[in-house]
Amino acid sequence: MSTALVTDLTIFVLALLVGIEVIGKVPATLHTPLMSAANSIHGIVLVGALLIGVTAHTVVGYILAFVAAFFAAANVVGGYVVTGRMLKMFRRKAPVQAAERGVPVQAGSEHRS
Amino acid sequence: MNTFTTDIQLAYVLAAACFVVGLHLMNSPATARRGNQVSTAGMIIAMIATLVLLIHQGTVTAAGWTVLIVGALLGSAVGLWSARTVQMTAMPQLVSMFNAVGGGAAALVAVNDYIEMESARSGVLGTTTVFTLLDVLIGSVTFTGSIIAAGKLQGLITGSPVMIKGGRAINLALIVVALGSAAFMLTTASLPALLIVVLASLAFGVLMVLPIGGADMPVVISLLNAFTGTAVAMAGFVINNWALIVAGALVGASGGILTKLMADAMNRSLGNIMLGGFGTGDAVVAAAVSGDAQIRSIAADDAAIQLAYASKVIIVPGYGLAAAQAQHGVAELAALLESRGIEVSYAIHPVAGRMPGHMNVLLAEANVPYPQLKEMEEINPEFSRADVALVIGANDVTNPAARRPGTAISGMPILDVDQAKSIIVVKRSMGHGYAGIDNELYTNPKTSMYFADAKKAVAEMTAAVKTLVG
Repeated sequence: MSTALVTDLTIFVLALLVGIEVIGKVPATLHTPLMSAANSIHGIVLVGALLIGVTAHTVVGYILAFVAAFFAAANVVGGYVVTGRMLKMFRRKAPVQAAERGVPVQAGSEHRS
Repeated sequence: MNTFTTDIQLAYVLAAACFVVGLHLMNSPATARRGNQVSTAGMIIAMIATLVLLIHQGTVTAAGWTVLIVGALLGSAVGLWSARTVQMTAMPQLVSMFNAVGGGAAALVAVNDYIEMESARSGVLGTTTVFTLLDVLIGSVTFTGSIIAAGKLQGLITGSPVMIKGGRAINLALIVVALGSAAFMLTTASLPALLIVVLASLAFGVLMVLPIGGADMPVVISLLNAFTGTAVAMAGFVINNWALIVAGALVGASGGILTKLMADAMNRSLGNIMLGGFGTGDAVVAAAVSGDAQIRSIAADDAAIQLAYASKVIIVPGYGLAAAQAQHGVAELAALLESRGIEVSYAIHPVAGRMPGHMNVLLAEANVPYPQLKEMEEINPEFSRADVALVIGANDVTNPAARRPGTAISGMPILDVDQAKSIIVVKRSMGHGYAGIDNELYTNPKTSMYFADAKKAVAEMTAAVKTLVG
């Protein structure tokens, strides 16, 4: 096993653990935006699609590069825009409660009349 | 590693850090938007670093630049257009389509790499092949599986489970073929074998999702999201790129956890979901309600009287509300009731709508303050104090049959709507929910049925309350 592979595997495993840890406490309110956010992050595959271009010099290579770039760009741009659109709505509503925003959703019961 | 490539790698590390921080900020509604911005910044850093790398390498031909730029611009335009125009109700389908293209792109990266390696006849064997195969397998399954999932939610493909005769046998055959060619490729470099793996995986993706019922689609989409992440991480191994490995692993892990949270909310195991949908077993028989049970229907005026003289009203929104675009009307009705000093809250079932948290998004769109939205554990004890429970377009999540064993939804946590003093159900017809069974709530003597489209019903009730109270 090469050193490069060991390094890659180390990064992979640590990133997996971080991924589990970082979203552990997300309230159900944010599950949909969170899925959308994770969805846009895997748009990073655009980096891979662009790198196809480094070696592409045959028709097949060009076609693969084109389709991959198309797919990945749709993923990354659409993903971020739609996540932003969703979160904007969360923010815009009930401006009077600006001060309460820091508290979790469940803690808002004292607001009721 | 020379200074230049080190700098590029550092940029990727920075991008990865942005993704982690961005996801972390998604933990609270207060910081979520900033989280998305941080994550976007990370993505832009990674893209710029890659472009610099491409220019520095200098091996990209003119034709190469053209296909990359045209492809990326067209893709961006399609992504931007769909993200801007999609209805919030159709959000899960869109996420599913983004999974499809993400997974597809990841698979293509590996296919391309394999073609390059094979024609160069060097280093095609060994560990890289393992990652190539994993990427191609997962990416291809995700591609077709996500398209089927989106088609089901959009109504292009029937939402009920599609059972193909001998489907299990075909699936098994596909797995054997895919793994067989994959095993062959570990010893012999062969492009045709890779194509067989791709085709078998594509077919498997279709057959995997077709038999799953529409109600389980959100969990499937979340799972496919995790798949896409994993495929991207595998692509990272193939082309030796840290940014892909870290981002892919992050999504794979967080998507996996999210999938588990969703499955838990429906009290179903992932295996149970993947092996077949609702109403495919013997459960349907046991769920029958006697056919001649009495159903009371109610008109706007009577409903308005109940609402206007209640002291506590709990609104139970479901997908029917979203489908009818009634969220603004409901918010208006709730505001009217509140202005009369009536305590109004919303009971949000974890899987109300089409995805966990989907209902929150839809009500947020209608400017409902989120402290009024109560999660299931919090609201269930309050139903017994409620004068009226107003169920709008929700079905299976209110069915008391879930408390008994032997029904299709047995064990699924439900909202205790039947504990309220009276219940008004707004529904278009007596049609079934996704589980395909009768709802015993509708034959409860305390229940009145208001047969109408949710938007129309809410508007009528609002008007009637206004007339009533002057």
